Parts: sequence; C-alpha cells; structure tokens
Amino acid sequence: MDARTALAPPAKSPVPGGRNLHRFANPGRFLRLSGKVLPWFSAAGLVLTLIGLGWGLFFAPADWQQGDAVRIMYVHVPFAWLASAGYVGLALCSLASLVWRHPLADLAAQEIGPVGAGATALCLATGSLWGKPMWGAWWVWDARLTSVLVLFFLYLGHVALVRAFDDPARGARAGAILALVGAVDLPIIKFSVNWWNTLHQPATITLTGAPTMYLGMLWPLFIAALGLTLGFVAVILARTRAAVMERRIRALLLAQAQREQVLPRQVGA
Amino acid sequence: MTRKHRRLILVLACGAGLGSAVALTLSAFRDSVAFFVSPSEIAAKAPPAGRSFRLGGLVEAGSLHRTMDGARPAATFEVTDGHATVSVHYIGILPDLFREGQGVVALGTIAPDGSFRANEVLAKHDEAYMPKEVADALKKSGHWNPAAGPPPPAATWNDMTVTGAKQAKAGG
Repeated sequence: MDARTALAPPAKSPVPGGRNLHRFANPGRFLRLSGKVLPWFSAAGLVLTLIGLGWGLFFAPADWQQGDAVRIMYVHVPFAWLASAGYVGLALCSLASLVWRHPLADLAAQEIGPVGAGATALCLATGSLWGKPMWGAWWVWDARLTSVLVLFFLYLGHVALVRAFDDPARGARAGAILALVGAVDLPIIKFSVNWWNTLHQPATITLTGAPTMYLGMLWPLFIAALGLTLGFVAVILARTRAAVMERRIRALLLAQAQREQVLPRQVGA
Repeated sequence: MTRKHRRLILVLACGAGLGSAVALTLSAFRDSVAFFVSPSEIAAKAPPAGRSFRLGGLVEAGSLHRTMDGARPAATFEVTDGHATVSVHYIGILPDLFREGQGVVALGTIAPDGSFRANEVLAKHDEAYMPKEVADALKKSGHWNPAAGPPPPAATWNDMTVTGAKQAKAGG
C-alpha cells in the first residue's frame, strides 16, 4: 500500500503561482506533450539544418579576405550559441529544482548536461579548426576562448556530479548548486570580447546595430542555427522522456519487489 | 513567507554575492586578463626590456616592408592604435590574413632601440563578413580603404546584392 501511494501524483500546491508551474512539471503531462511535439521538432530541425548548412557550405559567397574558410562559421556559431543557451536552460532547471523542488527539472538538468557539453566541444573544435588558418594558432588563452573552455568543464563537472551519488535527489541538489554557481561564466563569455583585449573578434550580430554580415551569409546562418536549435531541443526532450520512463520503471519494479517480499511473509505467518 | 520564497531569496542572495565577488576579482585582474597591450599603453608605461609580452593593434597603411633574412622571409611594419605607434620586426611566415589595416597580435620583446622583436604574429580578423564583390564595390566607389581602417557602417552594405555590386563595379 505504501508503494502505491508513493506512485500517486503529489498533492496540489496551496500557492497559486506554484500551481501554475506545477501544471507543466507534471511528468505525465510532460510525456504526453513532449511525445506530440518531438517528431515535429526532430523533422523540422533536420530539414532546416540541411537547408541552412547546404546553403551556407555550397551556395553562400566566400568572404573577401577569409575565402572559403569562412564557411566554418555556419557550424561554429550555432554551436557557440547552443553552448550558452543550453547552460541558460541548465541554470533555469537548477533554479526550479532548488526553489520549487520540481522532480522534472532535476531530470531535465541531468539530461541537458551531456548534450550541452557536446555542443560546447563542437564549438571549441570548430573554432580551433577555424583559428589555425585565419589567426595562425589552434588555440590562444584569450578571455573568450578560456571562458568557453571553463563552460565546457562546468558541463562535464555537472554531468559527473549528478551521477556521483547513490541517492539521485542528493546528486540533483549538488548539481543544481554547481550549475547556478557556474552561471556566472555566461556574462563573462558574452562580454569578454568587449571588456578585454581578445584575439577573438567582437559580436557580429548585436541587438543595437545592423549585423556586420552580408545578408546572403546571414540567412543561411540563421536557418542553420534554428535547425540545430530544434535538433538540440529534440535530443534533450527525447533524453528527458527516457529518464522519466526509466524512473517510472524503477518505481514499479521497486513496488513489485516490495509486494513480493511482503506477501510470502504474510502467508508464512 | 513560505519555504519556497525563503529558498528563492536565499538563491538570489547567493547569486548576487557570488556575482559581485567575481566582478571585483575580474576588475582587479583586468591587466592579466587582457590578451595584448596596445602601443599607447607601451608609450605610457614601457614593459621591462627582455620580458616577453603581446602587442596588439592595426598594421599601419604603407608601413609594411617585406625582405629576406637568409632563406626565411622577414617583415618590418608599424603597429598603431591611432595614438601611438610601435615598429615591429618579424622573421618568419605571416598568417594569410595579414595585410595593411588588419588587426594583429605579436608576441615578442622590446629591443634596446625601442622596436618590437616578434617571435609570433597572429592576425585578428574583424567582425565584418562580406563577399569579395561587395568589398570590391566599396573600395571602387571610395567608401572604404581596407588599409586605412574598418569597413563603413553595416547598414550601407549588408543588403547589397552580389550582382548589384558587380554592376556598380563595372559601371563605376
């Protein structure tokens, strides 16, 4: 009986704002909603990525001084954006986990980690491949490159920390604190090129001015970035769904094991 | 005040504390975080001779002289930030993006004569991306001399079509 009540949905929160948030944190509702949007996100992500990268790699004009090497941008820039955006997602999930104790936020944070680390690794690798022919160096210790490397280590640390405890709740808690502390790196990454002398150039696309990029190069970049973002979200949704189902299966197996342990004893008694 | 509010305020307070601690640390280490020093910083406070550091700035128009040092290419050029200028001597192959008007970062030491001996020269490219046709049209029409500085405001050229730029070039 105890095991069955553990599976029952949690009692409604008395706080009105909390109830609104809990509506989306319900794992059952999440499974239904994400199941519906997942195929659309995956398909749209794949199609837009193919269009954006095909346009950028084969049809967009070469840069006047970088030549065809500029095409690395169509991969490098989306992954750089996703590396930071993924960490924003991780920090928000961690906040929801620490303050509102959402079990779903824990699972989402746990699954954003490896995907974000992958995006950051790709951003660093493509940046290195771009840096050698253009700057003349694979790697330099300037503020932008170093702060993104720190972001990569933060992701890896989070991935390791949330899985390092026998009790998943304690791992999630420690990981959430690490993720929130690490969020201080995000403004450093964004503004490093404005605050300090760096080898990396400042932002091309800003909120205040016209993008200093030819529009025939900007469109494929936006389409590729949108496609890769949808793909990024789809991978995280799929992983989080799998994590929710795994947890349900574990709870069911646990309940079954408890029932089987309890019943023979009762029969024997 | 519920427990949720208390936890939210606790997290926000920790965040504010951590954020200001990091901001203070970074502003204290401002000089060591900078990747390079500019010519006017050297003019104001010259680093000790023999100590290796990075010099950054734009290659001054008309200052580049390429020579040969035995079998290896050598180059002499002036690096400027608009206020001060440092003469740089480098033996080795310059990166592909190196040109007059380009941002560069050179690693080396100050020689006794006040010039800079570079062991390594990196090219710093700006944040502007444009096709060759658009760059040619801007140069042809006199809106931009790449050796003299950065390109004109992006709104004047980022929606130029490549065919339009070709026609402008042919017509002009």
